[in-house]
Parts: sequence; C-alpha cells; structure tokens
Amino acid sequence: MKIKEVLEVIDAELLTKPEHMERQVLSVCGADLMSDVLAFTKAKTLLLTGLTSIQAIRTAQVVDLAGVVFVRGKRPSPEVVEMANEEDLPLLVTHHPLYETCGKLYTCGLKGCSEL
Amino acid sequence: MTARGTGALMSVTYEIVAGDFVRAGEAASKLKRVLQQLGLDPTIIRRAAIATYEAEMNIVIHSYGGHISVDITCDSIEILCEDSGPGIPDIEKALQEGYSTASEDVREMGFGAGMGLPNIRRSADDFSIESRIGQGTRLQVRILHRAGE
Ligand SMILES: Nc1ncnc2c1ncn2[C@@H]1O[C@H](COP(=O)(O)OP(=O)(O)OP(=O)(O)O)[C@@H](O)[C@H]1O
Ligand SMILES: [Mg+2]
Repeated sequence: MKIKEVLEVIDAELLTKPEHMERQVLSVCGADLMSDVLAFTKAKTLLLTGLTSIQAIRTAQVVDLAGVVFVRGKRPSPEVVEMANEEDLPLLVTHHPLYETCGKLYTCGLKGCSEL
Repeated sequence: MTARGTGALMSVTYEIVAGDFVRAGEAASKLKRVLQQLGLDPTIIRRAAIATYEAEMNIVIHSYGGHISVDITCDSIEILCEDSGPGIPDIEKALQEGYSTASEDVREMGFGAGMGLPNIRRSADDFSIESRIGQGTRLQVRILHRAGE
C-alpha cells in the first residue's frame, strides 16, 4: 500500500515532502518503545507511535522504516519534521488513537511484522 | 569521527557524550552510511546499525560517556564500545530481556524496555561484555560479512 492510500484509510496528514506520498508500505508495527521497534520491525515497516521525539526518527532511520505515524493527534516539533525531511523519512499525523489506527490499516490488508 | 590507518578496510571512532539526547544515534547513523558506501549487504548493515544504536543509547543513558570504534575488514565488522563507568553490577541480569534500570524520564523518550543488550546479542555473530564497577563497560560485537556481496 502507498503512503497516499494510508493517509486516506486513517484520515492522516503528511508532514513531510509531497513525494513521500508514493512510498510503499509493506507492514505495520505499533510501539512506543524504541528497542521493540528495533527488535521486531522489518524493512519498509510503517511505525505507529505516540512518541514524537527525535529518537523516533533516529530509530526509524536505523531500521529503514517506511514512515512514522503519530497517533492521537500528537505533533512533532518543527526540528523533528526537518530532520525527517533530511533523512527522507515520511511522517504522518492522525487524530485517531493507536488501537483504532492499527485496526483501520489491518482491515485494509496490511499485516503486522510478525506475519510476514 | 576519526579514521585510523590499520590493516582494516576502514576504521572509524565516534565519541559518545552521556546525556546528549539530541546527538544520540548519530554514531549509528554515520556508521550506517559508511557501510552503505562500502557496498555491504543491507541485512548486514541493518544488524550493525541496530547493535551500534543500542550500544550508543546505553552509553548515552547509562554511562558517564565513552566511545565506539568500528573496524571494517574484508570479512567482518568489529564494533568496540567502551565507557568510563559506572559499570554494570550484574551482567547476567542486565542481559535478560525486560531488565532495565532506566529512569522515568528516559522511558518517556521510548527507552528502558530492557531489550537493548538482548537486541545487540541477537544481531551479533560474536558478542562479549565486560564491566567493572566504578571503571566502565566494554562491549565487543563482531558481525561477519563478505565484502561487496
Ligand atoms: N554502558 C552501560 N553502563 C552501565 N550500565 C549499563 C550499560 N549498558 C547497560 N547497562 C545496564 O543494563 C541494563 C539493561 O540494558 P539494556 O540495553 O538491555 O536495556 P535498557 O537500556 O534499560 O532499555 P532499552 O535498551 O530497551 O531501551 C540497563 O538498564 C542498565 O542498568
Ligand atoms: Mg539499552
């Protein structure tokens, strides 16, 4: 699924460059603990998280995530968005809470990392 | 970052500052770029990046500061992480999944799952850790690869 389709499914807004719309997502992971992200995600995984710190971006960069979705309307600082643009990492924000966001994507056929 | 002239294909050293959460993760990012430039396999790069990032975060969070030196040879990536204390009292315990002494502040930043050392061990072909109370911790990780493949 492309980021632009993800945006529609979870009513999200893209915070980074418009060209990120075309990025491909292969699986999804919901987590607030960076070590869990490092342990369980695969390449091209979309991370759903409530954590808007700079560390979420670094972690995403280390494991080549497809992008990061901030749930429950949490917005990162402009510095975090700038860094994500530099690292070429798509950032999205949705007002839906974590569980609902996961459910919407799962219903659309996106699998979890453990199911690939 | 400083490059050293050893027999390795390439050697890099990164200084890690305790408590610097803005720069934390830079060493792993930089190393990743170096490995990509050398044309190593993406799965190998991923393992090296994960191990380095976890070790770097441990130095930032739990130590008084240290450095990470990486030697890339024709068949391995050797990652040496050394810090200047306080050391780990019980290494067996520290290696268990879920064991963490991280503070509430650190947990709010997304750390403290107690998964870092287990993640490092899982990413490594060889893994060793030594620690002395009051002196510091020394962590060695080796990841095997075949250059350019
Ligand atoms: N370099 C270090 N110096 C001192 N103590 C350390 C060091 N590295 C790890 N520890 C100790 O070992 C524990 C376990 O480390 P580990 O990396 O597995 O988990 P964590 O850092 O607490 O959480 P996570 O890595 O999941 O964010 C730490 O909580 C800390 O008590
Ligand atoms: Mg750790």
